[in-house]
Amino acid sequence: MVAMENRSLNLLDEALSLEQRMEPWPLRGKLLLIEDCVETSGSFVLHHLVKRILSPNSSNIVIFLAFSRPFSHYDRILRKLGCNLVAQRDNSRFFFLDMLMLQCPDGNEEKTSEGGFADLYGKIQKIINALPENHRNHVTIMIDDVSLMEVAAYGSSDHVLDFLHYCHTLTSDVGCSLVILNHEDIYSSMERPVFIMQMEYLADILIKTQPLATGLAADVHGQLTVLNTGICSGNGNLKNKISNLQFMVKENSVEYFYPGSRS
Amino acid sequence: MAESICRNLRDGALEGEHAPALTIRDAIDSPFGFDVFAHVLSQLSSFILAGKSQSRGVVVVAFTRSPSFYVDLLKRRGVDVSSSHKWLRILDCYTDPLGWKDKLVDSGNLVDTSDEASCMTHLCKDVRDLDNLYSLILESGKGLVGQGKVHLSVAIDSVNAMLRHAPMSRVAGLLSNLRSHDQVSCIYWLLHSDLHEVRVTSSVEYISSMVANVEPLNQSARGQRWDLENIFMLKQNFGKGKLNVRFKRRNGRVRMMCEEFHIEQSGINFTPVSPEDGTINQGLLPKVQFSLQLSEKEQTERAKVVLPFEHQGNGKPIQIYDGRRSITENKNGATLVSTGNPQKNEASGEGEIIYFRDSDDEMPDSDEDPDDDLDI
Repeated sequence: MVAMENRSLNLLDEALSLEQRMEPWPLRGKLLLIEDCVETSGSFVLHHLVKRILSPNSSNIVIFLAFSRPFSHYDRILRKLGCNLVAQRDNSRFFFLDMLMLQCPDGNEEKTSEGGFADLYGKIQKIINALPENHRNHVTIMIDDVSLMEVAAYGSSDHVLDFLHYCHTLTSDVGCSLVILNHEDIYSSMERPVFIMQMEYLADILIKTQPLATGLAADVHGQLTVLNTGICSGNGNLKNKISNLQFMVKENSVEYFYPGSRS
Repeated sequence: MAESICRNLRDGALEGEHAPALTIRDAIDSPFGFDVFAHVLSQLSSFILAGKSQSRGVVVVAFTRSPSFYVDLLKRRGVDVSSSHKWLRILDCYTDPLGWKDKLVDSGNLVDTSDEASCMTHLCKDVRDLDNLYSLILESGKGLVGQGKVHLSVAIDSVNAMLRHAPMSRVAGLLSNLRSHDQVSCIYWLLHSDLHEVRVTSSVEYISSMVANVEPLNQSARGQRWDLENIFMLKQNFGKGKLNVRFKRRNGRVRMMCEEFHIEQSGINFTPVSPEDGTINQGLLPKVQFSLQLSEKEQTERAKVVLPFEHQGNGKPIQIYDGRRSITENKNGATLVSTGNPQKNEASGEGEIIYFRDSDDEMPDSDEDPDDDLDI
């Protein structure tokens, strides 16, 4: 029974091929896109990945771009999950870039927002360059969340895409990973949600959280689908290309299970 | 059929004609256009190495992948890249497309971590300047083929990236100029069609002589971005699809072909669709909710239906009720008009109506104007 419970908690890791300690890190050089909606926030996936990346037996590093919430928020949640972000920050394994106050000055908004993102990219590359040579390919850049990044860019999605492109170059130049959270329903009224589709084309792995098609349930909070789209990269594991899970967010953990496995 | 695309590109341009141009277009419901692009690139590279192609070199304009990715890709596909400096050039529009890294290095902020550009890579630091991009492509090609009458092929991995930084007219101009350049043997590019309006994708398609359309196997999945409502269908069709290709002949005739593909670790595999499958025809039919054709079962059921007033299959001559005799008479043995044994029925008097219409005396129809012929 304990083994079954333990396994159920690792279904997301299994879907992402993280279930066993692997070298190189399975997400190395990949872009992982999390798409959520108002009814089922995808933040818990982001928290799960932070905890997984910063596990004590790994040398992985996180550069976290927070457009959504302050450091204290993430620290409080991760403590409940058993991960001390303050300690990780002090050990130079967690770099927190507080972007809440990122606002480009008035004037030529187009130019300044582009310049602002170029500077932000410069900060990220500076952090990576300061790391020891053998740790540079253990870096994961996380963005929470892209829709607020677009707000900071005065609605210029092109500047956001330029920034994401430059972050993407780090996946091939250095072997970094990129984890991005975005809200799908913000763009649902558009006939062609180009911005979100651009990111879907970029992504090697797409994780979608959605409410249950059948409506609300007490013991199931939503469904989660993992699509491994980066087939042509050649180093991906071909098993479990598509995984469909259901989840229940608890106080200090998230439980994952297959649809229909709960009576 | 993917082979016939590659053959077309391999054979190159006829004297005085534009080079063959291929648009590979996909959409988010079947986002495997890059796999087709990679297949075409590796096939043409093999032809060039074997000396079977009109072109003697390839210029890859890389917007979405790094130069090292392409070298690794060709290695994985079994192409000998040891001599690649002789036949391969990569115009790197990926590493620093807007010159941000260049500025960072200039300001002394940080050390450039990217690998030293190999002898086959040229860096483009401003993708917005399409005139410069055009000259860089041709310069890269000249490094391969020299000044003589030697041809090169051009591969562009994302027209979308160009369209994001420049207006449609400029991009179309660049593609058209490359296609008409006398040193370009063939040109092909990838386009995500759902990121742009129809007029944009149509403009790009008009420039090309072949359009390879990557579509999902299941037509009901079309236009849906990862439809989680139907996860089973998503699983069934993932990594598979159809490649519908339009070949435009010089005389204006269009030939259509269709093939199914399956993506594996080693690459993309194509399987021809037999004509009796009707897959091509189905693709051309309008997409409607009802069936436009009968299934085999429905056809056999239809054949069994006995039509009214027709008594077939019992060996008797077919008799048709003429509408004037009652069924009771038939029971009493009276003869019906029969197609098997035609005979005149004397009892029924023959009548004839003779009617000559005198149009001038007729009253006009109510919606006609009786005075329309008067010149008042």
